[in-house]
Amino acid sequence: MIGERYVNGAVLIGLIALPLWALSADEVFTITLTTRAAILALAAVGLNIALGIGGMVSFGHAVFFGLGGYAMGILAFHAQTFSPLDFGLFALPGTKSMPVIWLVATVVSAFAAWIIGLLSLRTAGVYFIMITLAFGQMFFYFAISWGAYGGEDGLSIYVRNSFVGLDTLMPIQFFGLCFALLCLALLLQWRLRRSPFGLALNAARQSTERVQSVGLNPRQLKLLAFVISGAITGVAGALFADLNRFVSPTMFSWQLSGELIILTIIGGVGRLMGPVIGAAIFITLEHWLGGLTDFWHVWLGTILLAIVLFWRGGVIGLLTGKEGPHV
Amino acid sequence: MSEPVLSTHGLRKSFGALTATDNVSIDLRRGEIHAIIGPNGAGKTTLIAQISGSLASDAGRVELEGRDVTSLGTEARARAGLGRTFQISALAMEDTVFENVLLGAVGATSGAWALFRSVIHDRNLTDHAMQALERVGLAGAHRTRCADLSHGQRRQLEVAVALTLRPRLFVMDEPTAGLGAEGSRAMTAFLDGLRVEAPILLVEHDMDAVFALADRISVLVYGRIIATGTIDDIRASEEVREAYLGEPA
Repeated sequence: MIGERYVNGAVLIGLIALPLWALSADEVFTITLTTRAAILALAAVGLNIALGIGGMVSFGHAVFFGLGGYAMGILAFHAQTFSPLDFGLFALPGTKSMPVIWLVATVVSAFAAWIIGLLSLRTAGVYFIMITLAFGQMFFYFAISWGAYGGEDGLSIYVRNSFVGLDTLMPIQFFGLCFALLCLALLLQWRLRRSPFGLALNAARQSTERVQSVGLNPRQLKLLAFVISGAITGVAGALFADLNRFVSPTMFSWQLSGELIILTIIGGVGRLMGPVIGAAIFITLEHWLGGLTDFWHVWLGTILLAIVLFWRGGVIGLLTGKEGPHV
Repeated sequence: MSEPVLSTHGLRKSFGALTATDNVSIDLRRGEIHAIIGPNGAGKTTLIAQISGSLASDAGRVELEGRDVTSLGTEARARAGLGRTFQISALAMEDTVFENVLLGAVGATSGAWALFRSVIHDRNLTDHAMQALERVGLAGAHRTRCADLSHGQRRQLEVAVALTLRPRLFVMDEPTAGLGAEGSRAMTAFLDGLRVEAPILLVEHDMDAVFALADRISVLVYGRIIATGTIDDIRASEEVREAYLGEPA
């Protein structure tokens, strides 16, 4: 069995080595594919904080992914059409600057997570799953009917947004940005898990009574975790929209929420690198198996079934020989 | 006389037609161990839950050091100084023994909103947690996962977590259950010394422990306190014998 930190290191090195190799071999598509994996991983790192540490099975994380996407789409749309964003009382210009877009994506999805968490955390278990799913569907149908920003057809952004000192249209440079943000989110999760907050949140997943009886409020702990979780997934959404230069209501779809849960489980729930491994496997399967057969989801389902039945720690649990969700 | 650390006034709780707590008024004085005994189903655990805040009362009042805490939830009562141990362990089972006491230390300093400070490198917290483990004799097992502990060790850990809170009073639900003869004696000796730090409201089935520890005993039958008094009072009470000890008067 391999130590977890070696597995973690190998995964990160692999994730950065692959596009570098692809760059030298002129395999642009592989770079794009790896970027996609890094972005999905970032979204799932967000989910993992709620799901893995806090035990909140959110079936609505596509809300934050979509909000991040639309934050990018709307800001960039107004920038490319030179029309101000009209809020009634005041108007703001759009922007093509990635850091500004990321900030807006973070704030908007954190606020949405706060509202959704406030309402959803009054429930637990299957009801929590259902209410988060319901929020996801609300946003999905709202986006479909929002004609001003493309409605069902979505919104195309012609030129990728900019980042000072970088040419973001170069696939490898854009990958570098995504990878850096992924590493930042991983660092954040690692620090969180080791903090008093992480300790308390981790205990709140296991026993509400325990946390209450030492004078802490489990619902508030979970709410903050949900907000952090949503904010990270929101940034991933903004990157995803930038990768495709396109946003559409499918970013809000429940399938996406499900995929985030599935890839986190495959990688290893609650484990630091679980979402990264899960995203890499997911993208690989989607690409390779998807090229061979239209029914590749059958194989994804089979893998998921095997993991849920036999290897509860996911792939990372299998590699390290540790089942427990130690991050 | 100084005011009691804990007092309840006319507490009631019904589940449908069943009255689990019927007009219970008890108090816990400084420096004492007050044991609550009663047959199975007498409503001891319900009463404990009402006192510690995890179950809302239908009527009546709970006061901590003269302050009415009836409307407060579990965590607010814990912060007000109520240290509770559970009959059926409520521990973070996937975590280690040490992580569980560390949680108590975090709760005691109400520092759970520190997001980036490392908990393991905070000597105040870790020393505080380790001391509590040493006191209950569980320091040697601090790396053990809770799920791998024996029932008795879980009891010890419950007590250790309560210790980290430095509470004004303890409310303990069967702290010697599952400890075995040897462990039970050690726990009894430990609780004996603990009463000077903070009084203990003790629910216990083990009569040896009760008779060794209790300054006062209250007998709970069908949700009602039928007698409160010293060990001798209770032994002499005919009502208690009839209702509880099963001996014909």
